[in-house]
Amino acid sequence: MLNNLSFVEQKVHQLQELVQMIVGRRAQVSGNQDELVQQQQQLITADLTSIIVQLISAAGSLLPSMKHNLSAATPSGLQLNRALFPSVTNAGIGMMTQNNEGPVQQAVGDVTKPVEQSNHMDVMANCATEMNCNMEEDHELKDDDDGKEEEHLPPGSYEILQLEKEEILAPHTHFCTICGKGFKRDANLRMHMRGHGDEYKTPAALAKPNKESSSEKVLLKRYSCPFVGCKRNKEHKKFQPLKTILCVKNHYKRTHCDKSYTCSRCHTKKFSVIADLKTHEKHCGRDKWLCSCGTTFSRKDKLFGHIALFQGHTPAIPSEEHKGTSGVSNPVEDSNATTNTDVNMGFSFGSNDVIGNSSQNIIDLKGNVDDPFFSLLNYEYTLGGLQDFPQTSFDDSPSSFSFLISEEKDGLMSGSNEVD
Amino acid sequence: MAKSIKHQNHSYLELLNEEILFLILDHLSINDHLALKSFSLTCKSFHSIESHHRRFVKLLRPEFIPCILRRYPFLSHLDLSLCPRVTDFQLQTASFLGSSLLSLKLTSCKFVTGLGVSDLVSKCPNLVELDLSNATELSDSAAAAIAGAKNLERLLMVRCKRVSDMGIGCIAVGCQNLKRISLKWCLRVTDLGVGLLALKCKDLHSLDLSYVPITEKSLEPILQLPYLEDLVLVGCLGIDDDGLASLNKGRTLLKTLDLSNCQNISHTGLANLTRGAGCLKEIILAYGSTVTLDVARCLQKFSMLQCLKLDGCQVTCSSLKMIGNWSGSLKELSLSKCRGVTDEGIASVVKKHTQLRKLDITCCRKITSVSIDCITSSCTALTSLKMEACSHISKGAFVLIGQRCRVLEELDVTDNDVDDEGLKSISRCSRISCLKLGICLDITDEGLIQIGLHCSKLKEIDLYRAIRISDGGIASIAEGCPALELINIAYCDQVTDASLISLSKCSRLKALEARGCSSFTSEGVAAIAAGCGQLSFLDIKKCFNIDNSGMIPLARYSLNLKQINLSYCSVTDTGLLALASRSPLQNITMLHLAGLSPNGLAAALLACRGLKKVKLHESFKAQLPQSLLDHMESRGCVFHWRDKAFQPQVDTDPSQWNLQTGSRQP
Repeated sequence: MLNNLSFVEQKVHQLQELVQMIVGRRAQVSGNQDELVQQQQQLITADLTSIIVQLISAAGSLLPSMKHNLSAATPSGLQLNRALFPSVTNAGIGMMTQNNEGPVQQAVGDVTKPVEQSNHMDVMANCATEMNCNMEEDHELKDDDDGKEEEHLPPGSYEILQLEKEEILAPHTHFCTICGKGFKRDANLRMHMRGHGDEYKTPAALAKPNKESSSEKVLLKRYSCPFVGCKRNKEHKKFQPLKTILCVKNHYKRTHCDKSYTCSRCHTKKFSVIADLKTHEKHCGRDKWLCSCGTTFSRKDKLFGHIALFQGHTPAIPSEEHKGTSGVSNPVEDSNATTNTDVNMGFSFGSNDVIGNSSQNIIDLKGNVDDPFFSLLNYEYTLGGLQDFPQTSFDDSPSSFSFLISEEKDGLMSGSNEVD
Repeated sequence: MAKSIKHQNHSYLELLNEEILFLILDHLSINDHLALKSFSLTCKSFHSIESHHRRFVKLLRPEFIPCILRRYPFLSHLDLSLCPRVTDFQLQTASFLGSSLLSLKLTSCKFVTGLGVSDLVSKCPNLVELDLSNATELSDSAAAAIAGAKNLERLLMVRCKRVSDMGIGCIAVGCQNLKRISLKWCLRVTDLGVGLLALKCKDLHSLDLSYVPITEKSLEPILQLPYLEDLVLVGCLGIDDDGLASLNKGRTLLKTLDLSNCQNISHTGLANLTRGAGCLKEIILAYGSTVTLDVARCLQKFSMLQCLKLDGCQVTCSSLKMIGNWSGSLKELSLSKCRGVTDEGIASVVKKHTQLRKLDITCCRKITSVSIDCITSSCTALTSLKMEACSHISKGAFVLIGQRCRVLEELDVTDNDVDDEGLKSISRCSRISCLKLGICLDITDEGLIQIGLHCSKLKEIDLYRAIRISDGGIASIAEGCPALELINIAYCDQVTDASLISLSKCSRLKALEARGCSSFTSEGVAAIAAGCGQLSFLDIKKCFNIDNSGMIPLARYSLNLKQINLSYCSVTDTGLLALASRSPLQNITMLHLAGLSPNGLAAALLACRGLKKVKLHESFKAQLPQSLLDHMESRGCVFHWRDKAFQPQVDTDPSQWNLQTGSRQP
């Protein structure tokens, strides 16, 4: 919201500068040739119109539920108007931005007013489908845009709609027509509206907008991703449309946006859809099924399906240390693991293991081998060695390493004595 | 044999090249592994020839691995199954054998981890066979290490209870040349691991999944294995008819299918499972659901079927008749402990399958002499007939066996009414090598003498509680059967030292079970020890008269003695210590040894270095120092504490024996 507003503000400033330039030019006109002035003026008008178009689309994205065909139609209509009356534009746009910020709807110019109203109408009409999407949201979060259940509609049998990027990323889809506050859900908006007066408290106003009334003229609606080159974009050769607006949103965020939500448990997994993060956090830190290629799976059967599919991939056995600290494991260790896996190193704590285990062997050997006579001392030493083993090998601080190495040397010597 | 070579002139031997010497050594090692030892002790050159010849070694203690490696550089088969405490480090020394090591047995190793295995696998790339059975502590990381053995073809992992799908998955991906794998009792392995195994190891010929909790899901990839011949699914209770109904399978080369203990599979499941398997030769349905007419009908279509085992099943008469109508010809049929087997059923089966070689009708209590008449008249080519505890068969039937089945090699008539006439007739089966006559109360020396006279190939004879046998019969057996390896004369009360002295002529005798022969003395034991150098198993429980003077010759001569039961003998500390200090005993049972003191026992335990298992009376547990017990355990010895009451008398009265079940295990 703020982003969009600041964008609008910036454009308004640019507009002001341009208008000032025009005014300045008019003052200088006397000295210059008419053609040149005309060319420059054309240039400026072109600039002007382009800025206005951007402005309007940005303003439009503040009302993202607006349907594309309408929003596409309105700017062009507006553009015409503005081109005809360039001097009015400044005031008009200013008012429009205000319209989005505060309750000055009455002040909106004659040209923009009907457009705004139609937008709001559209918002209301859209609510029904929107609610519908929300109902399905929980079940289909993951799958709906992955093309798992591909439908095979013949190309002409549906209407393709394409929302703009800004529309998709807008956090709210329902706006109060009085105060402009945004809501994610239509029902929340209706609850909010009650505060604006008694007329919004009638059962009719509070009722869920009826779906059937607007869906008389049903042509199936399918959506296209605004990202050119994407398979979900209508220009793509093997275009596969998205079913609902929610699908569009999730698809766009997952595929074309940064993954800005980081898991607070493992600090490595990142997501662009907050619901995905929540799903992940539910399972994060549980048993992880790991492949030698570094891919992790929450379910064992998924891992085995993966291994069955790819040649040379093997299940990666987490090293023994991890078994002790399963559950929510040490974040530092985990990040270690993932840096390994990210560069396709395979999953191993090799060095650590080697030293720990060999020391065990040697201690064990010392106890076991050289007992020509039964010696209690020797025997106790064996047990001691075995009991000490787990702590020392799990601790990977440098000091414990050096201890282990010295142990190893001792062990080797005694071993070789025995051999000879 | 070794001695004869010893006396040859060395210059002749030097003319022989290594190949010929190796051939000689091959012959030497067939019957007597001590022969190689004496060969190598002859002189330096013999020693070096022997150490270059040897490919196989079985170690008693893992500490010797380095010395063994130095002495035998060309070892290819290493058996560490008697070293359950072998460690990673010792395994690493073994891996210096490098690429010559082909086969390794690490049965019941408890301390080997992934590290040792990975080291071994990386240094011995030609490892083809690995036996890790009973390595119950083996973890997934060790299994992952096994996956490094790219050339592995045979892998046994029976009772590797800690290995899960992850480990098996690693093996499946790593060892793609696997031809045989056994995952019996690997209880943490499920469909996922097995499915992956079947998917990745396309060369699998033999697969043992007994008691693995799998379902039909993993059967689908298994049945698509192109070369699978042998599939064992004993006790796979997760597989049932409903699951098999949806099974989608291709044609398989399956030859052997074992569905023992699968109670949830009836004829419909069996039909689904075997639909594509046209060349099945052997089907085992033991201890499963009732064998009905439908099952028999379902099996009918396997024209190549040769072996059918239905042990312990409820069998209907109609199904046996159906089996009798099959077009194919069975060679082996096992109906042991089947309920519902009647004379009628047996008759219809044997009339069709006249080519039967092996028939097992143990504990088919309903059948009578009529069946034996049918069997012996139709199946004259029988080589093995097991009919323990068929109590309704009359004496005359055994005469028929001897008359008609002349090529019998194995006969089990334990707990039957066979008498001397029968034995006399049976003695005509001159090829017989295994004869079990336990609890045949009617047989006497007369019959046994006939056996001794005619059955020169006899290797194994069981006379458990054949109480009318005496020295004469045993002497005849000892005289006439030089190949005798095993004899059981437990509770034959009339047998005396004279029998043992005559048995001492059987130089190949490996096992002697003489429980409760109260007339035996040390003199007899001494004779056995002196004569039977191969003796490895000796049970003289309740031979009250055997004392220390019997132990000393045992210690001196029985260099192969591995297992001994001394309970109730008159052996004291001295005898036990003498025995323990010399012989390579692995397994001792000594309950109620009156003359044994805790100190003597401790000394004996310490002296006997190869000890693996000791059975003692519970009272000793408190008397022995805990540190000693711990030390023994660290050497790889397991203690079994028993709290049996003292039974001073040998029960010779048959009415006291409590043998109603008829399924006595000798």
